[in-house]
Amino acid sequence: MAACLLLLLAWISLFTGVKNIRFGELFADSEMALFFTISRIPRTLALILVGAGLSISGFVMQQLSQNKFVSPTTSGALEASKMGILVALIALPQASLSVRMAFALVFTFLSSFAFIVFVSKIRLKSTIFIPLIGLMLGAILSAVSTFFAYKHGIVQNTQEWLLGDFSSVLSGQYETVYAILPAVILIYIYAERFTIAGMGESFATNLGISYATVVQIGIFAVSLVVSASVVTVGAVPFLGLIIPNLVSLLVGDNLRGALPLTAFAGASFLLICDIIGRLVVYPYELPIGMTVGIIGSVIFLILIAKRRR
Amino acid sequence: MKPAVKLLLVLLCLLAGVVLFMSYDVGQNLDYVLSKRGIRLASMILVGISVAFSSIIFQTLTGNRILTPSLMGYEAIFILFQTIIVFAYGDTAFKVISQQENFFYAVLLMLGFSVFMYLIMFGKQKNGMFQLLLTGMVMGILFQTLSQFMHVLIDPNEFSIVQNFMFVSFAKMNTSLLTVASITMVASVGYAIYHAKYLDVLALGRDHAINLGLDYNRLVRKSMLIISLMVSVSTALVGPITFLGILVTNLTYELFKTRKHKQMLWICSAIACIFLIFGQFLVEHVFSFSTTVSIIINFIGGVYFMYLIWMTRKKIS
Repeated sequence: MAACLLLLLAWISLFTGVKNIRFGELFADSEMALFFTISRIPRTLALILVGAGLSISGFVMQQLSQNKFVSPTTSGALEASKMGILVALIALPQASLSVRMAFALVFTFLSSFAFIVFVSKIRLKSTIFIPLIGLMLGAILSAVSTFFAYKHGIVQNTQEWLLGDFSSVLSGQYETVYAILPAVILIYIYAERFTIAGMGESFATNLGISYATVVQIGIFAVSLVVSASVVTVGAVPFLGLIIPNLVSLLVGDNLRGALPLTAFAGASFLLICDIIGRLVVYPYELPIGMTVGIIGSVIFLILIAKRRR
Repeated sequence: MKPAVKLLLVLLCLLAGVVLFMSYDVGQNLDYVLSKRGIRLASMILVGISVAFSSIIFQTLTGNRILTPSLMGYEAIFILFQTIIVFAYGDTAFKVISQQENFFYAVLLMLGFSVFMYLIMFGKQKNGMFQLLLTGMVMGILFQTLSQFMHVLIDPNEFSIVQNFMFVSFAKMNTSLLTVASITMVASVGYAIYHAKYLDVLALGRDHAINLGLDYNRLVRKSMLIISLMVSVSTALVGPITFLGILVTNLTYELFKTRKHKQMLWICSAIACIFLIFGQFLVEHVFSFSTTVSIIINFIGGVYFMYLIWMTRKKIS
């Protein structure tokens, strides 16, 4: 059923926009077909990939840290990849999109790895306290990036990457987003091992799993997803935080069942947000970072409030 | 080293900072330069005291040394407010709204925000503080997203106006603002000092405090009121300095082993002023305004914060 919903939404996304495109005329009208292949298909694909990728990477981070409130938004990962892009921009101004992504990947990996190691070492596992540390880490990273951005007079530009926007996704400049695909496969193969690793180093070793390797693979996959999506479309906040939580409210914590559902739900959620963003101020559009930011923060606040009872 | 000697050293540092700041490269036009510098110095002292007081009280309430109240969304809402003004009026924004009005509305808005937060959040359970903080930070992300959206839309010339507000600047202070701010500050400092003895008890933790006969919830509400007043005033005066609070409070705890709030509050204020004065001095005479004091302090504070986290990790594990 989830797959049907996703297909339906993808269909709507393909045929929503300023340029009126109808399925029947697609093959007759060459201009329409061009629009379709240059803009609509890449956009929809990117939406699905980013949505699915970010939500399951949130899922992985939550498994590894055994904390429902950890995600790329609340662990400094978004800020780290932003910093990577900034460094790439300043050091190699002519660098291509994939070089920037490599920089972002390295930074995100290092910062997420430090964060997960820190979380696993800490004894006092207050559910609320750990995401606070992550948010603080993010604040520091962005303070450091601001230092350099201010010096080079590109503060306004850096705001742009922070705000996810799919309107510039066009054939020929969005292909970096496909880096999410291998990461998703990797996560799927390792899914159970992430859960076991989350139970602690000694427990994992007892069950015959190399703790360090599993954690590194998990963080690598997450960083790949985050940096690929930040480079291509900008940061999309909250996705990795709320989707896994909503799914686990629905189906419980069964890993094999929850993982595909999380991916579907993430992609559908992002598609819905994007379609809303395209329709609200038609013929202009709201960037997705904004629609997701508003809807996502409201859902997250409800989740925190629910936890109280 | 004896505490008294350390205290003397801190005070000497402060004095040296003040003298250096006021007298370095004065030039011919003594009256003009000194009065300008005097205003800047006064506002730095004001901001230093308010950051120190609010951070120490906040850390006592949360029982945690690596948190600071400015993370709770105040700064985000301040920047959002400034962005909206510039977005709505463009480069004529500050002809339409005077600096005083702007200050006043910003403080009101931030106070309203904190009252709203307590109303929806404050329960009686143990984790109330953390929940409040997390909610504040999430709200902060929400406001940030909204401002970012407008930043992208604003024309780059007008963005430079917003940018002025995003980074602390002591250069744009004026006397009438300073008077209003000092009056608020003196009132809240007096109130905080009067409450210092209760803060010592609150530091023992919620259960002990209640056991010793304190009305815990009421005291926490009062202290939060002081904190939000101080944070709002200092943010509206000079803009956000996120990491100054963490930096100075931890240095205070590190240098002085006392846990008496009456002493800690003042020592911490002195340290905060030292950082601000020397930071501003560096900005003016070494970097010649190519960077801002908030960026320098956030940089130092951020690195120091990493170090703190690393040390606690060792202690805990």
